[in-house]
Amino acid sequence: MPITGQLRHLEADYDVAIVGAGPAGMAAALGARARGAERILLVDRDAEPGGILLQCIHSGFGLHAFDEEITGPEYAQRYLEQVLEHDIDVLTDAYVMDVGPGGRMKLMSPTVGVTGLDARSVVLAMGARERTRGAIRIPGDRPSGVMTAGLAQRMVNLDGYLPGRRAAILGSGDIGLIMARRLRLEGVEVVGVFELLPHPSGLMRNVVQCLDDLDIPLHLSTTVVGIHGRDRLERVTVAPVDDGREPILERSWDVDVDTLLLSIGLIPDAELARELGALFDPVTGGPVVSGTMETTIPGVFAAGNVVHVNDLADWVSREARVAGEWAAALATGARRPDEDVRLVPGDNVAYVVPHTISRDGTHTVSFRVKRPIHGPTMLRIGEVHRRKVRAVVPAEMVTLQLAPRMLEGWSGAVLRIDAVPAEAVVR
Amino acid sequence: MAPSRCHDVIVIGGGVVGITLARELSRYHLDVVVLESDAEVGFGVSKANSGIIHSGIHADPATLKGALEWPGNEGWLRLRDDLGFGFAQVGELLVALSAEELGTIEHLHARGERKGIPGLQRWDAARVRAHQPNLSRDVIAALWAPTAGVVNPYEAVLLIADNAAANGVEIATEQPVTAIEPAHRGEPDGPLVVHTPTRTLATRYLVNAAGLRADEVARMAGVGTFTITGRKGEEYLLDKRLAGLVTSVIFPCPTPTSKGTLVTPTFDGTIMVGPTAEATDDKDDTATTPEGAQAVFAAAKRLVPAISERDVIAEFAGVRAVADSDDFVLGATGRRGFVNAAGIQSPGLTAAPAIADHIIEVLRDEGLELRERSDWRPRAEHPVRFSVLSTREQAELAASEPGFAQLVCRCELVTEAEIVDAIERGARTLDGVKFRTRAGMGRCQGGFCTWRCLELLARCRGIPMTEVTKRGGTSWLVRDRDDVDAAPSGGS
Repeated sequence: MPITGQLRHLEADYDVAIVGAGPAGMAAALGARARGAERILLVDRDAEPGGILLQCIHSGFGLHAFDEEITGPEYAQRYLEQVLEHDIDVLTDAYVMDVGPGGRMKLMSPTVGVTGLDARSVVLAMGARERTRGAIRIPGDRPSGVMTAGLAQRMVNLDGYLPGRRAAILGSGDIGLIMARRLRLEGVEVVGVFELLPHPSGLMRNVVQCLDDLDIPLHLSTTVVGIHGRDRLERVTVAPVDDGREPILERSWDVDVDTLLLSIGLIPDAELARELGALFDPVTGGPVVSGTMETTIPGVFAAGNVVHVNDLADWVSREARVAGEWAAALATGARRPDEDVRLVPGDNVAYVVPHTISRDGTHTVSFRVKRPIHGPTMLRIGEVHRRKVRAVVPAEMVTLQLAPRMLEGWSGAVLRIDAVPAEAVVR
Repeated sequence: MAPSRCHDVIVIGGGVVGITLARELSRYHLDVVVLESDAEVGFGVSKANSGIIHSGIHADPATLKGALEWPGNEGWLRLRDDLGFGFAQVGELLVALSAEELGTIEHLHARGERKGIPGLQRWDAARVRAHQPNLSRDVIAALWAPTAGVVNPYEAVLLIADNAAANGVEIATEQPVTAIEPAHRGEPDGPLVVHTPTRTLATRYLVNAAGLRADEVARMAGVGTFTITGRKGEEYLLDKRLAGLVTSVIFPCPTPTSKGTLVTPTFDGTIMVGPTAEATDDKDDTATTPEGAQAVFAAAKRLVPAISERDVIAEFAGVRAVADSDDFVLGATGRRGFVNAAGIQSPGLTAAPAIADHIIEVLRDEGLELRERSDWRPRAEHPVRFSVLSTREQAELAASEPGFAQLVCRCELVTEAEIVDAIERGARTLDGVKFRTRAGMGRCQGGFCTWRCLELLARCRGIPMTEVTKRGGTSWLVRDRDDVDAAPSGGS
């Protein structure tokens, strides 16, 4: 069910306006509708809704949201069908230039021009952007052929071009692993994946299915230290790193490649929240959010990768639905819950989302560990809840459900989240 | 076999010097051609420098560098008034961090006043701090020179080139000169013939503004009286978040080979630190290095302690063309009609308008007739910069042309109509689009807009995607699917 006609008329005001129509934005729109918002606008800068899902033609989506394994475009399609069924205004090829306090939004698109509208609630769902060469400062020449894995994914999967003939991949993030496999299947020689850390950055299932099954070597504790080529990339210099992640240049070697894909992490694309003056979490790089996914700017919500980089689209949609529901609730006159409990990262936990919660709601608490624990691990939410899991790795986000009954009889103000070896926990 | 048509002046080199000279020549009834070896003008060191129009205090007035620095600064103001590119006179502070350096400041202050540079002031530490609160507490005094400015060097070069072309100058790219010879045997003082791989052109006057290759070009003409070596400078651009960290150009006291590492507020509001000054045997070596970065940041932190390597969003290097005389090489040669504008190291960008004036006088002395045109147009048709317009102007533009409502680069807010216009003005490559429009220069460094720019280049130029390049030559960007071996070729 593609979008048949481009939206040509915008209302002057909306109950809920959502920026970004990927797995977060579409789920937020459905959440807003379910909670009774009438006028809902979903804006996306691309020609079609779906966001990055559209270029993720591999399977692995939907295991949690739909109980079956589907591809990214299929996942997007299922959400889009619901969005259209629920009569949500979808404006594509459109860019939100500015969100002011009070929900005044400035946007541009070829169909509506440069225009403004008022939204009672705003949901930021812009996702993340890829870190680039500049962010990790690889010295050397600046030839063509060095690009982010996501850009390569777009050119291969959506447009049918190849980035080169012989490729190396820096970083073992999921997009890099997926692209190693994709390029190999397309006939590009993939010489290897190089990862600075002593463990893969992507999901283990991707390491197995994308590298191991195709005999693509994974070089852990190794990084690219030089880029060579005046016009087109000719070779890269790689080197192992020591325990402090410093390259050991005496042990470096050269690899002849015409393509280097960078899969070195994602950064929440949260500039609109920054411009609004929202409080940010330095670890996630995204805005601080409450249990309703509201930022510190009243009426401005955020969910998905714009808040923290998730490992699965399914989690993004789940979180964004909460944001959409509360955005609608506030727009239609509901009262904000009292949020007097703070969630803070404790032992071996890098960050926790949300940052605050109320005592009376059910909350999904998401976090990532700093270091892998390859054995029984105890996850603790302060004194109120603990759960034992088989293992934890930084690549996989951990989620816990926190129900009001767990907080009964607890009167503290701060809940520390820990992830520690189970045997270390004294019962 | 001389071509039948004989041009009046051919300028070899489409960098800032060659282009500025060509524009000045376009004031007169002359047939002028610029031959550029790269895919686009300004792709050499003209776009890879600090972008500073120096106050005029730095170079020794006994040298050509020193003699043309201050007139060049004044020339930029006139160019700015004509062409309206980004140029802000932000001033510079040359700071002293030790008692010994106070002497350097005094010397430069006195010499600057003798050169006639207005507004120079000696500031004490308190005054410096009030003006630039983020400077190191170790600064004990500074020389304030209000005439220093920052310019977008590529924007300026491109607008100057556009204006020259609008006034009839032919700018031919991908035309590396391979040979120069007299047009007629036995007439060494007659016209010259210039060969490139694809063209043969005759001309009465030939100006050698070939930058790093100027010594080779001079040798082709039989007047190889100098050599050019490369002196590389690495520059590091910091995230926009740091805008305002300094609001004037911050100089340390100079060393014998360099003005040192500067902290510059670029015209676009980012902070840039650099350059280094390293001799390089390889004139094409524009690689950044770990040693360079280390040197730049160590030096920059001495001036502004809050600066950090972590904030780098882009880095680049340019290679200065340094003549063995360590000065500009300007003027007539033993070959009649062959004029050098070579050895243009720092302050070459600043001096460029004055170099153009100087060369025009040389050409006049050499017999070139300069009759002013009545139809010369000093002003350039300016490309629209959507991002800086008011909301009302943006809305009006978008209503009249939907391409202005179609966003391509969101970090820098560049629209499709601007990209198309850049291509119509001569952008042939991804870098050309980037430097003309800023698309791809922001935080995400082209992660999102590269593909759109590629598509627009292919569409507007009517070429397949596989022929679009980053910056000409073999810098291709994509391959067709059937252009690789069909069968996977096993592991590595």
